[in-house]
Amino acid sequence: MGGTFTLFPSQGSTLAGRVDNLYFFMLAVTLFFTVLVAALVVVLALKYRRKQADQVGANIHGSTALEVIWTAIPLLIAMVMFVWGTNVYFALAKPPAEAMEVYIIGKRWMWKAQHLTGHREINQLHVPIGRPVKLLISSEDVIHSYYIPAFRQKMDAVPGKTTTMWFEATKPGEYQLFCAEYCGTQHSGMIGKVIAMEPRAYQQWLAAGAPAGTLTSNGEQEFTTLGCVTCHREDGKGRGPSLVGVFGKSQALADGSSVHVDEAYLRESILNPQAKMVPNYQPIMPTYQGQISEDALVSLIAYIKSLEKPGAAPAGAAGTHEAAPAAGTH
Amino acid sequence: MHDVRTEPAPSASQAPTTPEVHYINATHGAMSWFFTKDHKRIALLYLYAVSAFFLVGGIFAMLIRLELATPRGDLLTAETYNKVFTAHGVVMVFFFLIPVVPTILGNFLVPIMIGAKDLAFPRLNLASWYVYMAGGLFGVAALVSGGVDTGWTFYTPYSTAASNTHVVLTGLGAFIAGFSSIFTGINFIVTIHTMRAPGMTWDRLPLFIWSHYAASLIMILGTPVVAVTLLMVVLERTLGLGFFNPALGGDPVLYQHLFWFYSHPAVYIMVLPAMGVISELVSAFSRKPVFGYKMVAIASLGIALVGFLVWGHHMFTTSQSVLAAMVFSILSFLVAIPSAIKVFNWTATLYRGSVELASPMLYALGFIGLFTIGGLTGLFLAAIGLDIHVHDTYFVVAHFHYVMVGGTVTAYLGGLHFWWPKMTGKLYSEGWAKVAAVLVFVGFNLTFFPQFVLGYLGMPRRYHAYPVEELSWQVLNILSSAGASILGIGFLLPAFYLTYSALKGQPAGPNPWGAYGLEWETTSPPPTANFEVTPIVTKPAYYYAPEEH
Repeated sequence: MGGTFTLFPSQGSTLAGRVDNLYFFMLAVTLFFTVLVAALVVVLALKYRRKQADQVGANIHGSTALEVIWTAIPLLIAMVMFVWGTNVYFALAKPPAEAMEVYIIGKRWMWKAQHLTGHREINQLHVPIGRPVKLLISSEDVIHSYYIPAFRQKMDAVPGKTTTMWFEATKPGEYQLFCAEYCGTQHSGMIGKVIAMEPRAYQQWLAAGAPAGTLTSNGEQEFTTLGCVTCHREDGKGRGPSLVGVFGKSQALADGSSVHVDEAYLRESILNPQAKMVPNYQPIMPTYQGQISEDALVSLIAYIKSLEKPGAAPAGAAGTHEAAPAAGTH
Repeated sequence: MHDVRTEPAPSASQAPTTPEVHYINATHGAMSWFFTKDHKRIALLYLYAVSAFFLVGGIFAMLIRLELATPRGDLLTAETYNKVFTAHGVVMVFFFLIPVVPTILGNFLVPIMIGAKDLAFPRLNLASWYVYMAGGLFGVAALVSGGVDTGWTFYTPYSTAASNTHVVLTGLGAFIAGFSSIFTGINFIVTIHTMRAPGMTWDRLPLFIWSHYAASLIMILGTPVVAVTLLMVVLERTLGLGFFNPALGGDPVLYQHLFWFYSHPAVYIMVLPAMGVISELVSAFSRKPVFGYKMVAIASLGIALVGFLVWGHHMFTTSQSVLAAMVFSILSFLVAIPSAIKVFNWTATLYRGSVELASPMLYALGFIGLFTIGGLTGLFLAAIGLDIHVHDTYFVVAHFHYVMVGGTVTAYLGGLHFWWPKMTGKLYSEGWAKVAAVLVFVGFNLTFFPQFVLGYLGMPRRYHAYPVEELSWQVLNILSSAGASILGIGFLLPAFYLTYSALKGQPAGPNPWGAYGLEWETTSPPPTANFEVTPIVTKPAYYYAPEEH
């Protein structure tokens, strides 16, 4: 044995405290009503104990006033909990625009992390403290769930989808990372550590293991190898639309509707190209479903996100900016 | 305080006796049982079968608790452990918790309580038992041929694409058992509508009947959805039809929508009849009408209907839209209100009652406490911001055990003790029954309360081993395992003293508790036709004392 004994999880993120405050409020309400009901049951049961075998109770059928009160009060408390809980949820669900991005892939039974710098990790995630981190999570096989108790955050890794989760670590340290969605034999072994570091130490960590290429340069390679480049020409004269600068924009579709170009749309367009067609192009692109690994898909998406018009304002610049922190831009 | 005598007090010279001929001894031989159309005998057939499944599910539960007493998975292999918790879940949910109260107590009591001779479709009732047994055989076949490791929720694409175990057999078992549930629901609804005795108007129905009526609505509306969903899993697995696997063009989250559309209301199939039992017990052992009879009846229907609209709260971490999360969150809070109303009504029923703390009442009062905790912790999961952290952890495990075991099982045991003299005509040892009730309450809290703490600490559910460095996890798990052994003894004890009482117990007489209700007006055990003469109802439900003017 050994280790730490605690009955409350450590708070490692900016939002952990907000979640805990809600928890304490609900705990207090629970305790109050449990004690109230238990006390009433015990007191009434003892006070009105049957004294003779043939004794019957008072002929009380109810009280409308009382029933209105004990319907209205729980309803009111429940609505406070709803508003509070939803408020905390908004904060948990919406990553800040300036968050740095890391791609996470769940696979039986490991967590793979791909940094934009090209750093890859298994069952570990190094992040700087004091900076929002957005995780783009996908799965290679079954549903997993990326869970860091100290950050009070969790998000499922759903095959066929890209889900997002974010946090901002507040204290350097190692935090438990779990798979929370049952995924088979080694489910309980699919665990790891999130290592939160001072920004300077984080930079040193990045510099120490400088990889051969960045995630976007890997993606660029995939883009060439898979032949995407022959149709999706940058000058827009290919058989497919140019992908430069499309990310984060609204795209008109052939059926008259439009779609917001995000990771999910890029993923769908690679795996199922005919689902949402851009007008004026023929449905000739083959599906890459089953033809491309999740790793390659992730780098391809990262590459397409990084494509900017030359000289364009850095609207989605967080990605490209992140691509080269090793160069010492911080 | 009233001292009104409802009937003459029994004296020593009028010792209760058992009638010469009753439903148990009216005909003889195995065939008279296996081809019986008597709802009371079918209730006993269910009693044996469901109890056997409870024993099997309980053995699996003990294996789980033994394994988790140490952090390293050193008793079972990971693969075996996964099969054990799956078997525990499948057996307990589909073959114990869902059928237990309706098929045993409901089958026995619904016709008697409304003054009918039998259920509307006696052959369908018998068929429902055979269908249940057939489903159970599929489940047992899956178990003995190697088991299944998907968890009782059969989440895709794990169940359709990844698991190498007996998913098809188990899925078919649950699919078939579902028909039994549908048959029972149809039978109850038609019976309650058409076979009430003269004078048994809707506003005189016992709350036990109302709650079975509400649960039956869920059975016939919800069960077909899960049946089709499980069939889709089987088809995707065997024929590769792409409903849920994204590699085949499907959507894994679609499965969760379909599955929980039934499986969340299924919790109310378990809890509503249990609530019906509690209403009867609290009233009988306070000798008073249930406080706010009408609201309790309406709350049953309200829970059944709103219960269909909350399934999405199982999917807060699957990146469903923020709007959907908000809608499912607020509806989940709303469904808690009728439950809160019932808790307050039962508590208020004690006020100025003539309270007897007999063993069934101990179970009922224990139920009120456990269900309060179970219900309130459900709010933690409905609050989206908090659910993100505790979703799929032991907090959820603790919560649903408080509702499903603390609720359904204690109510079932209370009801079984209450109506045991009616079913068998015999009295059991009240001393032993009280000991068992206390053991169940203490063992239950020791087992499941630490799991709330474990869950908030972050221990994910379905873990076969956990990190050694989390010392508090082991301490809490040991407490939980210790509680489970106490709980196990509490569950085993009644099997012995109740069986003993059926063989050697004292005759109970028609109404050993001095309770009100049609079932106490016939002999114990009742005749095959339930009543010698069809009763005519002239009084409201729970008429213990004359109206005051």
